[in-house]
Amino acid sequence: MDYLDFAQETVSSAMRAGAHEAEVFMQTGSEFSVDIRMGDIETLTQASYKGLGLRVFVGNRVAFASTTDFHPDVVEEMASDTVELAQVASEDAANGLPAVGPGPLPHIDLVDPNIQHLPAEDKIDMARDAERAAFDFDTRITNSHGAGFGSHTSARIIANSNGILYSNATTECGISCTPIAEQGPEKQVGSYWTAKRFLKDLESPMFVGEEAALRAVRKLGARKVQTQKVPVIFDWNVGSMLWGSVFSALEGEAVHRGMSFLKDMIGKKIASDLVTLTDDPLRPWGLGSMPFDGEGVLTKRKTVVDKGVLNLYFYDARTARKYGQEPTGNARRSYGSIPSVGPANFYLEPSAISVDNLVGEVSEGFYVMDTMGRGINIVTGDFSVGASGMWISGGEFAFPVQEVTIAGNMLDMLHNIDAVANDIKFISSVVTPTFRISEMTVSGR
Amino acid sequence: MEELSGPPFASAREEGDSPLLPKADIEKLLSVALERGGEFAEIFIQRSKSASIPLEEQKIRSAAMRISMGVGVRVICGEKTGYAYSDNLGMESLTEAARVAAHIAHSTSVERPVRVNARLAPDYYAVEVNPEEVSAKDKSRILTQANDAAFAYDPRIKEVDVYYADATDETIIANSEGLWVADKETILRMMVRCLAVEGAISRSGSYGGGGRIGIEYFNKVSPEEIAREAARMAVVQLKAVPAPAGTMPVVIHNAWGGVLFHEAVGHGLEADFIRKAQSVYAGRIGQKVASELCTIVDDATIPNARGSYNIDDEGTPGERKVLIEKGVLKGYMTDKLNARLMNLPLSGNGRRESYHDVPIPRMSCFFMEAGESSPEEIIRSVDRGVYAKNFSGGQVDIASGNFVFTITEGYMIEGGKLGAPIRGASLVGNGPDVLTKITMVGSDLKLDPGIGSCGKGGQSVPTTVGMPTVKVSEMTVGGTATE
Repeated sequence: MDYLDFAQETVSSAMRAGAHEAEVFMQTGSEFSVDIRMGDIETLTQASYKGLGLRVFVGNRVAFASTTDFHPDVVEEMASDTVELAQVASEDAANGLPAVGPGPLPHIDLVDPNIQHLPAEDKIDMARDAERAAFDFDTRITNSHGAGFGSHTSARIIANSNGILYSNATTECGISCTPIAEQGPEKQVGSYWTAKRFLKDLESPMFVGEEAALRAVRKLGARKVQTQKVPVIFDWNVGSMLWGSVFSALEGEAVHRGMSFLKDMIGKKIASDLVTLTDDPLRPWGLGSMPFDGEGVLTKRKTVVDKGVLNLYFYDARTARKYGQEPTGNARRSYGSIPSVGPANFYLEPSAISVDNLVGEVSEGFYVMDTMGRGINIVTGDFSVGASGMWISGGEFAFPVQEVTIAGNMLDMLHNIDAVANDIKFISSVVTPTFRISEMTVSGR
Repeated sequence: MEELSGPPFASAREEGDSPLLPKADIEKLLSVALERGGEFAEIFIQRSKSASIPLEEQKIRSAAMRISMGVGVRVICGEKTGYAYSDNLGMESLTEAARVAAHIAHSTSVERPVRVNARLAPDYYAVEVNPEEVSAKDKSRILTQANDAAFAYDPRIKEVDVYYADATDETIIANSEGLWVADKETILRMMVRCLAVEGAISRSGSYGGGGRIGIEYFNKVSPEEIAREAARMAVVQLKAVPAPAGTMPVVIHNAWGGVLFHEAVGHGLEADFIRKAQSVYAGRIGQKVASELCTIVDDATIPNARGSYNIDDEGTPGERKVLIEKGVLKGYMTDKLNARLMNLPLSGNGRRESYHDVPIPRMSCFFMEAGESSPEEIIRSVDRGVYAKNFSGGQVDIASGNFVFTITEGYMIEGGKLGAPIRGASLVGNGPDVLTKITMVGSDLKLDPGIGSCGKGGQSVPTTVGMPTVKVSEMTVGGTATE
């Protein structure tokens, strides 16, 4: 089956059934994953999948349907059912496809052909090597949640009644390791992973295993600290949670409906001078890169926050039309969902300073290596999560800390960022270098 | 034999064949899956249909329907699992999937014919009004009712979002032990989110309800009731003061409060974490692990509860198990793989998100049994502390036992009386430690309203939590207000 033809044919079916505009978003792919534990294969999964989502507009009304069954009769029937379903929705003049026709797709390097050809044995060995490295790193590593290798090859296609027909393919691969360190009755877990579009860009299995082991061993002997207000450093591994929440607070819909602590802030200072946030969908090899967004808008690089000053909010076609803005190319979706606004490669620009400098400047403070829970309120900006990591005393790591919370208001936190490090790693679509907040409440004893 | 003492069985699901995949084909696939000497093979066939309707800014934003269909093939050899799935139900694709799953085993090719026999699944909940037979137009009226009730609750309610979703899952599970069992499950939920605004202050509140039940759910719990609860929470938050920071007594309200036990002990009793000695509760059967006020149960048979099921995703009937009795650890929650490797009984806790996933031990309806104190008396016993009433979820680190859960509605307790509402905050504790600090247990056991899901290993499944009001003598409250 030629999926490009099939996508276009499905758009035509919907138009024949009475849609005024129609759009098909299709995904196909195959995945491989292996989990190793204590040196042996625990689970090996291999499969391929496909799915198609159809969005139809009838007048100013919209409906959506998705299926994993591509039988032409099923899809044809679905097209007419979806057109009928649109009658349930309210009329809304903001509904409709983006008002753009086809344009030239930028080329981004996102496919590693080597992934497909890599023998399963080699993939299994990478996971096994990572776990072995963790055990070899320290005798206190006595157990393991396992190590894994995963790879994923996928393609997406969008076709709509404005003549757009785009497709792009991507690959992804990653190695993870989660060893357990033991000392007496105490158990501590550490976890580390690397993920890239290209195999050659992955950190080595040995590095992944050792880094994970270090993170487990370092936690042994962890204790609570007194409740106090101190500088808090977010390790690059956990700091991205703050930027993910900031992104949510910059979604146009939330902002215009008064549901964001960052409403009415365009042109204003929302963070310290050290904060420059970029959303770059065109980044070569980026895990969040995409030449076109989930409704066929060509994407572009945006400086979202420039030295603390907010430049823009994010819009898809509907919210842009509703609030008199341009779509920002941030419509994100899977075949099973209608588009919603989301990040491409959204990151805090790194500085030239090392993490050691950030730690060295702190007399008493908390270096956060893991967070737990999602006590983050986008409406108020209230932030409160469980945390573990290292206590800093006299500019050095003093002892491990656990069973505490860190809390503050996100707007204060953004303004209080007083140092940013150089250690950014692009292992996800939202990433950050390590950064420091001059004061937060650490709650413990 | 076993049918006699078991729960009632549905005659509607007695037919031993299905248009999804004929039995003869299933038997063929199981033989292929065992070709390389696997010890156990299983075919999981699933067809899901779901519908959802969002309402925002007084408008039905859209309506959506989804169909997904696929087959998962699992082969077990010792501690190894091979898994493959396909969304193409043609025998060629499925045979390929069976070969891929079989690859995990390494013996020489042997012909092992498999025969499966239909077994009946229990039927723990009746669906009176099948959501599939209710029009989207009629469903959208339920959303409008909720929307109107939220706005009518208080003039300070300025924004309302309502979301409705239902799903019907048909499954067939067959394995090399000769099992063939079919099930059909319906689930629905509605969520309401409100924004209250007063001057420059904006606060949100969320609430919802649902279960494994049909549209008749809304005759038992009205859409208006759910909406008013969301609106009430938003309005209460307008007056909220910063939450305290530090260690203090915490009274946890019933129902949603059960997230405490879900995180503090529930995950730690799942057999995979036990077998691998990762859980702090490994090797502690028969030992005292909690205050004697604690009796904790996992029960998949509660009628219409969101976490209940007729059979788990390996075909084992759902059960009720007492896991901790008066503080003493009695048992773990198992799936087939771990039960076999540990020589433990099957408890019907092998669950998966969909045909894409391998089943793993999971909770169903996990709750603490009622005690004897009245909720009022529990609050009266606290001089200074926090009363936690509503929650947005939690998380646990299995190895250390450290856990967190987040309150979205809470109050100060001053001199045995409820004081000012506090802003949202996370509470942290250590599972085994907190269980010994349960000093009072209320008589008001209640399950959550039926909208919860639990994530583990990248898989999300519907679950229920529950408990009576309890007092924890000491927990760390993660606010910003230091003394």
